[in-house]
Amino acid sequence: MTKHWKRSLAVVLAAIMGALVAIPATAQQAGTQFVGITGYRVGPYGANGAALFGGFIDYLNLVNERDGGVNGIKLTWEECETEYVVAKGLECYERLKTRSPTGPTAIHPMSTGITYGLVDKIPVDKIPLITWGYGRTDATDGRVFPWLFPILANYWDGATAIVKFIGEKEGGVEKLKGKKIVLLYHDSAYGKEPHPVLEAEAKKLGFELKLIPVPHPGNEQQSQWLQIRQYQPNWVILWGWGVMTATALQTAQKTGFPRDKMVGNWWAGSEIDTIAAGPAATGYYSASLNLGGKGYPVVKDIDDIVYKKMNKGSKADLIGTVLWNRGVAAAMLTVEAVRTAQAKYGKKPMTGEQVRWGIENLDVNAGRLKALGFNTMLPPVKLSCEDHGGSGLVRFQQWTGTEWRATTDWMSGDRQMVRKMVEESAARYAAEKNIKPGCLPG
Amino acid sequence: MQFFFEVLIGGLLAGVMYSLVALGFVLIYKASGVFNFAQGAMVFFAALTFVGLQEKTGLPFWIVLALTLAVMILLGVLTERIVLRPLVNQPQITLFMATIGLSFLLEGLSQLIWGSDVRRLDLGLQDEPIQVVMDRFGILISKFDLAAAAVAGVLVGVLAVFFNKTRIGRALRAVADDHQAALAVGIPLQQIWSIVWSVAGFVALVAGLLWGARNGVQFALTFVALKALPVLILGGFESILGAIVGGLIIGAAEKLAEVYLGPLVGGGIEGWFAYMLALLFLLVRPEGLFGEKRIDRV
Repeated sequence: MTKHWKRSLAVVLAAIMGALVAIPATAQQAGTQFVGITGYRVGPYGANGAALFGGFIDYLNLVNERDGGVNGIKLTWEECETEYVVAKGLECYERLKTRSPTGPTAIHPMSTGITYGLVDKIPVDKIPLITWGYGRTDATDGRVFPWLFPILANYWDGATAIVKFIGEKEGGVEKLKGKKIVLLYHDSAYGKEPHPVLEAEAKKLGFELKLIPVPHPGNEQQSQWLQIRQYQPNWVILWGWGVMTATALQTAQKTGFPRDKMVGNWWAGSEIDTIAAGPAATGYYSASLNLGGKGYPVVKDIDDIVYKKMNKGSKADLIGTVLWNRGVAAAMLTVEAVRTAQAKYGKKPMTGEQVRWGIENLDVNAGRLKALGFNTMLPPVKLSCEDHGGSGLVRFQQWTGTEWRATTDWMSGDRQMVRKMVEESAARYAAEKNIKPGCLPG
Repeated sequence: MQFFFEVLIGGLLAGVMYSLVALGFVLIYKASGVFNFAQGAMVFFAALTFVGLQEKTGLPFWIVLALTLAVMILLGVLTERIVLRPLVNQPQITLFMATIGLSFLLEGLSQLIWGSDVRRLDLGLQDEPIQVVMDRFGILISKFDLAAAAVAGVLVGVLAVFFNKTRIGRALRAVADDHQAALAVGIPLQQIWSIVWSVAGFVALVAGLLWGARNGVQFALTFVALKALPVLILGGFESILGAIVGGLIIGAAEKLAEVYLGPLVGGGIEGWFAYMLALLFLLVRPEGLFGEKRIDRV
């Protein structure tokens, strides 16, 4: 074969492979509710994404197989790999929004950076963005951000709940006066999100706050932990993601900082983090938006139907882990938003505008959670135009060395202060972008 | 002062970990003049293969280590056959681009075979402070870091003997000096390249095991290559000793900078400080501390 032919053959093969990759895993058909998924299963945060999006898709499969879809409307979906990179996330969004006549239902960017990149695009495209437990905190004010839904709890809810938890451990929040707290954070939009509220809390409660950034991806933290050792804080709040969390726990052990004086946020509290850290993680606390575990009827249904009967499950090892359960819960909230919208607009595939209304009017109370088989895996969720966040409730859990064990009931932080700051920040954004705050008509 | 020494020693020991990765780059650059962009991916591939084999086979540590080494040697041989051999006499930039392709291929292949789960790797070394030193001097030195430094020391010794005292090592140095002249005197260039890529694979395995034991075996291991780049610029791309000395300087400088300068500018500077230092060094000594000074006729 000549060099020319070899080269031509290589080009043809590459083109065929490219075309195969472009074909979606589950093609969307007419009359179905298409869900666009901007996920990540490779790259530095791939393990976290695999658990989250694995749970998400497992639930969609369950709804199709067990219930025949949402009121008879089958779900279809396509996953686009973002690798947690903002540019790739925006590219995926552009691709997914054209995949179906009704749009991608709602996008879950699973990245604060990608969320910020999409904030100005979604009102134009009329596509709702669900950012459960991440993203832009002031988007909780739905009058300014009608297309953005930081549901379950936002970062400021989480940060103030962590301070309250630490306060309780010290014998009451008033005992925090004069104490030293370090925020060790991922040096990114995600890691910087809690700064304003923690600074306000420090001022209000009289504790000393030190902010220590960790450069991406966070696999080397020697100098940060030596600073912590010198500063001798009473507590360390860990705002980590991916390898940063395990490295922080390992380096804390190396520098002799007690793990039961460390509290992570909900993205720094999964089995992925603690198993990688090994014995260094024992005793470590984290906030959580949902509980892990297999003792929920919905988890059993997925195991029986999606894994055993359909043999379509994402990965059996992940069933019941904190992040997998969170993915299942996120999918459930998306499905319930579609169901809510259908009650108003009819049993047919819903457009972005209709789903937006469905999310805004979501009311998944304790009874509904029980009926859906979630029981106490997550707190009830009720949204409105003014409040795109919901309860703001979190639970705290502690790693025993083998599993996460819940150590508190659902609790909230300083809701009053958070709401005030959310409204102030949203108002600044509205003024800057010339937005007239208000509720969109249904 | 006690804290200063603690940061300094911690930095020096962290630098040794960077040197371990830098050594892999040096070996390939010495033998072929190619900057192997895939070294970070090789570290990830080696560590993931090790833990993957351990999980699947349940065989003892040393057998799994030997099997992984065999995989890395095979990888080295295949790289020479499939990637390098067809590119002999092509410009250096072509070879460099080929290693970029290899890097993505290895990253994808590793995750395709073993998945993207984070795995724990236990070498039986706890990352804890040495209590005696702590009690006596109040200085924190990690047992793990000290063991890693010892491993790096042994590795450098073995490589030094390999390069200076063995026939293959001398042939390798001849190839590094002049490909054409080495070929003319009968040194088999392709065989030498296979050997050097296999040795680089071995170094990647050692680095992968130590970094993996510290942070868990996960994709972020590929990023350790970024820590090695300023080490190479400082120490010189062709010097094993340079990789060690460069690692020590970079490790100590970035930790001291983060601790003492970081708070003045909001912190988080160690990621780029090492590069800034390397850049400044390039201006003064472009070939690095121990690199060969090249003078070309024009």
